[in-house]
Amino acid sequence: MAVRIVVQEPPFDFGAEAEAFAAGRTDLGAVVTFTGVVRDVTGALDGMAIEHYPGMTEKALESIARDAESRWSLGEVLVIHRYGQMAPGDRIMMVATASPHRKDAFEAAEYLMDYLKSRAPFWKKETAGGAQSWVAAKDEDESALKRW
Amino acid sequence: MIDVLYFAWVRERIGLPKERIDSAAATVADLVAELRAREERYEVAFSDLSALRVAVDQELTDFDAPLAGAREVAFFPPMTGG
Repeated sequence: MAVRIVVQEPPFDFGAEAEAFAAGRTDLGAVVTFTGVVRDVTGALDGMAIEHYPGMTEKALESIARDAESRWSLGEVLVIHRYGQMAPGDRIMMVATASPHRKDAFEAAEYLMDYLKSRAPFWKKETAGGAQSWVAAKDEDESALKRW
Repeated sequence: MIDVLYFAWVRERIGLPKERIDSAAATVADLVAELRAREERYEVAFSDLSALRVAVDQELTDFDAPLAGAREVAFFPPMTGG
């Protein structure tokens, strides 16, 4: 299986990534993509900064992708995750999975998202109305792992 | 010598991202005890271990993990990726 992990500061081209993902793989009938976007819940969000742990981040994402590979029939996996400063509406990250069948592609994409939310070393800090605050992890993110 | 890294609000409370420490701590918990005894900013940052996570050599682990042979320990709050 081909796994591609990208951790970068600049924006990524979602269209180009989706187009290139699993291109030419005629054995893979199902491609799922998910994109995470900076969400402005209150209408007051100025921006978000994402900090990460260089080195461990790449290892953790690789490990999560390999775990997914062992559980589902996957031909290709892509994870792109940004760090640094972002504005509301900016794309933070994307995952893509390709499988012979859609169930595997959907489930593996959800698994990747559940795990990278609370097992990949990223931390979000929001600025709203001039005040900064770290985004707290949610209990439901931790309990989401139990279903796997 | 061991590299100790801090991220997110732990980094802000302690006031630096990384330091090299001469420590004989056998476990992560021993290292935390050494750090807490240093200065108040460490005491504050480590006051509630349930709010912290730890990685040894870039692998998530527990506070009772041994440090023998470890090069790098990192302390941070629960992660918020995605």
